[in-house]
Amino acid sequence: MDLDLLLNVLFATIRTGTPLLLIALGELVCEKSGVLNLGQEGMVLMGAVSGFIATVLTGSLLLGVIAGMMAGMLMSFLFGVLAITLVSNQVATGLALTIFGTGLSAFLGASYVGVGIEGITAWNLPFLSEIPLLGQVLFSQDPLVYLSWSIFALVYICFRSTRVGLTVRAVGENPEAANALGMSVFTVRYLAVLFGGAMAGLAGAYLSLAYTPLWSEGMSAGRGWIALALVVFASWKVQRVMLGAYLFGAASIMHLVLQGMGFEISPNILAMLPYVATILVLVVIASDAGRARLSAPLALGQPYRPQW
Amino acid sequence: MLGIKEAKGKSRRINKPLCALAGALTLLSGLAFADPLKVGFVYVGPTGDAGWTYAHDEGRKYLEAQLGDAVTTSYVESVPEGADAERVIRQLAAKGHGLIFTTSFGYMNPTLKVAKRFPKVSFEHASGYKRAKNMGTYFTRAYQGRYLTGLVAGKMTKTNVLGYVASFPIPEVIRGINAFTRGAKEVNPDVTVKVVWASTWYDPAKEREAAETLILQNVDVLTQHTDSAAVIQAAEAKGVYAIGYHSDMSVYGKTAHLTSTVHNWGELYVQKAKAVIAGTWKAEDLWPGIAEGTTDLAPLNSAVPADVKQLVADKKAALKAASIRVFDGPVIKQDGSEAISAGQTMEDGALLGFDFFIQGVEGKLPKS
Amino acid sequence: MSFLMPLRIENRASDSQVMAVLSPLMAMILTLVTGAAVFASLGHAPGEALYTFFILPLSDVYGWTELGVKVAPLLLCAMGLMVCFKAKIWNIGAEGQFIIGALGGGYLALELAAFESAWALPLVLFFGASCGLAWAALAAFLKTRFAANEILTTIMLNYIALNLLLFAVHGPLKDPDGYSFPESALFSDFTMLPLISEDYRLNISVFFALAAVAIIWTLMARTFIGFQISVLGEDASAARFAGFKEKRLVWFSLLVCGALAGLAGVSEVSGPIGQLNPYVSPGYGYTAIIVVFLGRMHPLGMVGASMLLALTYMGGEMVQMDLSLPKSITGLFQGMLLFYLLACDFLIGYRFVARGHLTGASDGS
Repeated sequence: MDLDLLLNVLFATIRTGTPLLLIALGELVCEKSGVLNLGQEGMVLMGAVSGFIATVLTGSLLLGVIAGMMAGMLMSFLFGVLAITLVSNQVATGLALTIFGTGLSAFLGASYVGVGIEGITAWNLPFLSEIPLLGQVLFSQDPLVYLSWSIFALVYICFRSTRVGLTVRAVGENPEAANALGMSVFTVRYLAVLFGGAMAGLAGAYLSLAYTPLWSEGMSAGRGWIALALVVFASWKVQRVMLGAYLFGAASIMHLVLQGMGFEISPNILAMLPYVATILVLVVIASDAGRARLSAPLALGQPYRPQW
Repeated sequence: MLGIKEAKGKSRRINKPLCALAGALTLLSGLAFADPLKVGFVYVGPTGDAGWTYAHDEGRKYLEAQLGDAVTTSYVESVPEGADAERVIRQLAAKGHGLIFTTSFGYMNPTLKVAKRFPKVSFEHASGYKRAKNMGTYFTRAYQGRYLTGLVAGKMTKTNVLGYVASFPIPEVIRGINAFTRGAKEVNPDVTVKVVWASTWYDPAKEREAAETLILQNVDVLTQHTDSAAVIQAAEAKGVYAIGYHSDMSVYGKTAHLTSTVHNWGELYVQKAKAVIAGTWKAEDLWPGIAEGTTDLAPLNSAVPADVKQLVADKKAALKAASIRVFDGPVIKQDGSEAISAGQTMEDGALLGFDFFIQGVEGKLPKS
Repeated sequence: MSFLMPLRIENRASDSQVMAVLSPLMAMILTLVTGAAVFASLGHAPGEALYTFFILPLSDVYGWTELGVKVAPLLLCAMGLMVCFKAKIWNIGAEGQFIIGALGGGYLALELAAFESAWALPLVLFFGASCGLAWAALAAFLKTRFAANEILTTIMLNYIALNLLLFAVHGPLKDPDGYSFPESALFSDFTMLPLISEDYRLNISVFFALAAVAIIWTLMARTFIGFQISVLGEDASAARFAGFKEKRLVWFSLLVCGALAGLAGVSEVSGPIGQLNPYVSPGYGYTAIIVVFLGRMHPLGMVGASMLLALTYMGGEMVQMDLSLPKSITGLFQGMLLFYLLACDFLIGYRFVARGHLTGASDGS
């Protein structure tokens, strides 16, 4: 593989990994607070369709992105009411959200199929994009990619060294103790869930406004599930989420590149590449047998039943 | 009818004019109050896919528009091709549909099973090969359109590398790839066609990635056998050309979109419905194409030179007149062996089960 | 809880049995009312639409048999998942185990195409279940040996399983007389499940499902290993303290689930499908997860939940056929129904009390 091809593959990897990164970051925060939201697909699709419709109606891509995020938040709020306030089973509620969001997005978007828009284009950062090699790969992406990095940095710093991060983690590990210490478990969880929804909606808007500027039913094609798996892959460590998202993205691209290079392997076997790679890497990095499991927030998935 | 038979033992005076009037009235009332033919459609995807299913649904709407009160239609979309399909088809038959179209090859065996149970209902299965007394098959020679687009691609490429975003290695897709390659090589013997299997019929992001990896490998004209317009968008963004499929995709890439192979199912559906209404329907294997209008090309981009446009028009006319056929011999396989020799042509049976790539295609097929 | 100003929430001392029964009914009514509003807003007579969605699919024997055809694989998968989920082993891989069961069983069925014996079918079924079991064993191995979280490994294994199926039907198992379509040859009669009646598709796999209900119910309620699994799920440290071998329980749960899902898979291809093709599962492994939670992880509840979910799929088809409603309505309805069910279940453990009303938390309800 020559240098030019390699650089292009890296460039494509970042683009491919961005929706996964966004969804996974959102779900990571949500899960850190102890809430498991399996409704990613539904939220992503609602974000995609809302963003697209908003852009078509207003002509503004920015409004589209905001609309996408708001749609994701609305969906996750619905989830929050059920899972947090009404202490419903989180797994079932999340799955219900997926089904509902998928159906609702198809319903709303029916008359927007076949509509074309000018999507979000790349924004070459001044000076930075001139850097040889790196400039081409990193600094010639579209604005939402840069946004994803900013959000990643924010979340990382938040959990590493801020009070907010500590609070979220406390609520996720031991809500009763956190409550006793004066933290409002409900508020923290609602905010975490809303953040997750915003990220999923943003990822959806990225798909329908930047990546492939169009709307079609089900266009997320399972990325929500992959992102969920990636949060687990990351052992709930923020930095590992980025590794997982880009690893998966790279493997997906390689599946296609290797075909073009004339490899003798059946395309179906090659298609397994991203999934096998993810398992292998997980096995390799989960060196300490107990540690990987302990990283899951202790109270993850358990409804918090306060003594009202 | 009054007075046809004489009553036993008696002769009755037959009032001929009254007879005729009554007969005419009965016939007219029969026509006027005849229940409209219920036509059912089973779709494999959503009507909103702007692709395969969308084209069939446009055909259904055309049928409704053309035959008005004589038909009513219903459809079920996104029916999985596994065990659920049989139930949907059977329910349509049980609800009195007289003509049912099942629009994906995965519905073949379920359609056959239901056809056996409902001998009075006419079934039409798209892209399959099994038939029964009341089950016919139909398809369109999309590959003819592919051949014509290949001509355009061969002429418009500068790098001589063409790219094909393919879905799954089924005969229909292989046929399309081969036809495209034939057209391209006919006008440009140095051309090669790189095939990438996206392993999906429909995933815009994945299709885009496949298109972009092809562009990385020097491709400057793309085409696709997937359902979304992502390939066109990728081409537009990178400044290369693309040829769409299923419908006119120019809105997604004004500069990049050279043309598309499109399907027009409407007339075929009207023809079949009329046959059922008139009682003349019989199970057959219908495979129309350019000549009948079920396959066509979207308007060519203005960037295409006039001589190329003329070439396409000439070849199209020749296909219509059946003076040439896309797979006239010689047809050479990738390994150099001859599949069809000069002077012969590939028959429908071989076309239906196309399982090899011709020379000029770079890509692999799974071994059976 | 500021938006519930006049009310506050109070724990019940113990779960209300009354509400446990009433909750699904309330949810149904709420769904019907909302559904009626949705249908009315789309210009359809709500009564007719609801009838078409919920009643019409079951208005004839055929409808009931088709319900059975959908319920059998769902229930088999769900019973297996229940064992895993009771132990808090989040096996999302029933889908992959189903597919591998179908693939393995289908492979043997093709090999035995000429074997005209009553043994052919049992062999095929056993092999299919074993393949599903082996697939789950992979996840168990990764979990016990490498502490690889099963949520991730099983999701990934699902995709790998699907690609293996595609590889097989596009290649080695493709029907040589099939014009190169990615389908296997049709299975011989000796390798197909016997039908209960010639007029319908319902086959004996529905008995497998019912047997699974009985066996798993007994396993969880009456056997020691079932007890260990429950304890492991409730409190992992208590289980360890009591000396329950966690690894062994992990293996057991996953293998049971894999076998049941594999059996569901092979029954599907030896039953309604009759061959191998790329679409052996419309997502049964995932839907079964919903069944488990909707049924509150109780076997009887799960039977009801699987029937209800199957009905919503059939209802969705009906309203498309009869009323030209779009398919997205099905998803809306299912989601709505699930939301209401989950919301109403809240009232089992809690109740609303007027603010200012003094009650102790432990006055019996």
